[in-house]
Amino acid sequence: MNKILAVSGVVIREIYRRKDFYVLFILTVLITGLMWFMNFFHDEQIIRFIKEICLVLIWISGLVIAITTAARQIPAERESRTIFPLLAKPIARWQVIVGKFLGCWLATGIALLIFYIFFALVSASREHTISAGYLEAFWLHWQMLGIVIAMTLLGSITFTAPSSNMTIIFIVTLGILVMGGFLHLIAERMSEPSASLLTAIYFTIPHLELFNMSELIIHDWPSAPWIDVLLVTLYGFSYTAFFLLAACLVFRRKALN
Amino acid sequence: MWRGRLILILLLESCFSLAAWLEPRHTERLNHGEPTGSVLGSLLGDGRKMVADYFNTEADVYFHSGYYPSMFEQARKEEESEGAVMHPEEDHGGHEEKGYLGEPLDWIDRFSRHFRPNRHTHLPGEKIREILPWLKLSAELDPHNVQTYMVTDYWLRNRLGKSDEALDFVRDGLKNNPHSPDLLFALGQIFLEDHKDYFRAKNVLLAAKFWWHKRDDSKPAKSQTGEDTKDFLLLERILGSLVKDEEASGNLTQALQYLQELKLNATNPAGVQKSIDNLQAKINAAGKTNQPTTH
Repeated sequence: MNKILAVSGVVIREIYRRKDFYVLFILTVLITGLMWFMNFFHDEQIIRFIKEICLVLIWISGLVIAITTAARQIPAERESRTIFPLLAKPIARWQVIVGKFLGCWLATGIALLIFYIFFALVSASREHTISAGYLEAFWLHWQMLGIVIAMTLLGSITFTAPSSNMTIIFIVTLGILVMGGFLHLIAERMSEPSASLLTAIYFTIPHLELFNMSELIIHDWPSAPWIDVLLVTLYGFSYTAFFLLAACLVFRRKALN
Repeated sequence: MWRGRLILILLLESCFSLAAWLEPRHTERLNHGEPTGSVLGSLLGDGRKMVADYFNTEADVYFHSGYYPSMFEQARKEEESEGAVMHPEEDHGGHEEKGYLGEPLDWIDRFSRHFRPNRHTHLPGEKIREILPWLKLSAELDPHNVQTYMVTDYWLRNRLGKSDEALDFVRDGLKNNPHSPDLLFALGQIFLEDHKDYFRAKNVLLAAKFWWHKRDDSKPAKSQTGEDTKDFLLLERILGSLVKDEEASGNLTQALQYLQELKLNATNPAGVQKSIDNLQAKINAAGKTNQPTTH
């Protein structure tokens, strides 16, 4: 465990030396601030519109941070050849992968927490209250990014270039978020064998949209019961574990030179 | 060395001149010759009507607090009836409706409903303000969509009591659609009901009536698709407002004339006839009172 934590510590320090997070955070603050100052019929109580814009920016930023950082980990180590001294130490390959994952996931979590604190402040500035749903939303969002990071790490070992990996993961993630929940409805109107194939895809893919509580917190709906949040967390963990295991298995046999 | 710098300066100057020459032409092409004060409108170019429609839909999504079918769920929407509307201020005892969502198809579908709005509600009271940003942006992008102004005017005046803001917005609408009878009627309503300025209300309502005839007289009363027919409902509302205005000003005879005109195409002629009788009785009573008494 110490070896995994040591690797993850290096990853976290490396991520916070880079400027991605700061740039995305400042952009989010600027755009949300601009929306906050917009005048709609002299009504200073309008908040849902601002909450929606802010959450969209947080989701985009979260995905960019998670995918770009995870996609660079292994290729960068191979390119700079630091992977060899690292593996020469008494550390297993799977520990490197898990350490990299943990580092990316924790760093993304810290960044996400800062984004959600900002979101809560923006919301409280007009609603004068902070909903418990924000904590749930943050938690589920973080779990979702865990799946994406694990998927990206697997991709970084499988695909040759980080750019192609990033593009594929972005398309897959956005595709699942936008259409994943409706594949069964589309399959209903299709003929065989396409319908069965689409249904199989529907049940196989990780349903990332389950982790999105944005609609509930934008429109002030009561937050989801904690038992449901726990179940989705378990669902997320199982997919993360699957992708991590697959990454470890592929990396175990991967020639590094 | 100096030659290179000179060429660079000349190139920069020609770029600047070209930009200054092209920019107004490009803007004109994008806006089809109509000037627009909206940065968003200029940025989106020809796609702005599409985005404006999307913003209108977003306003509807907000009105239903996020409970809205996606394009994939539209097919199921027929199952939903207006009778299923609930109000958030009422207690429902955890009862869950099916609405457009229908029965869950599988466990993922069932489970996902815990993380998104799953009841049909409408925004209560002053919370309706939340739809306004989308409507305003929509009007900015598609200033010729009169319905956006009408809907915004309705919510601003009736739910939020923001008559002055409604007045400014309707005036903006009239700048972009100068002869719209709908907007003239909305303006007349503000003068009549909120400002009690009967003189201005009458003028604006008469203009609305004039432009209604100009726009709708050539249209058929009925068509196969039900589209592009005479908007009798608007005419009825304009005449109804004129009746109110004349009554408030004390011109009962003129009010009676408008009522008789209203009766011709009224949805409820019997009701209008009753109003005519009542007004006639009032006029008669006023006539008797004004007659000089003989000794």
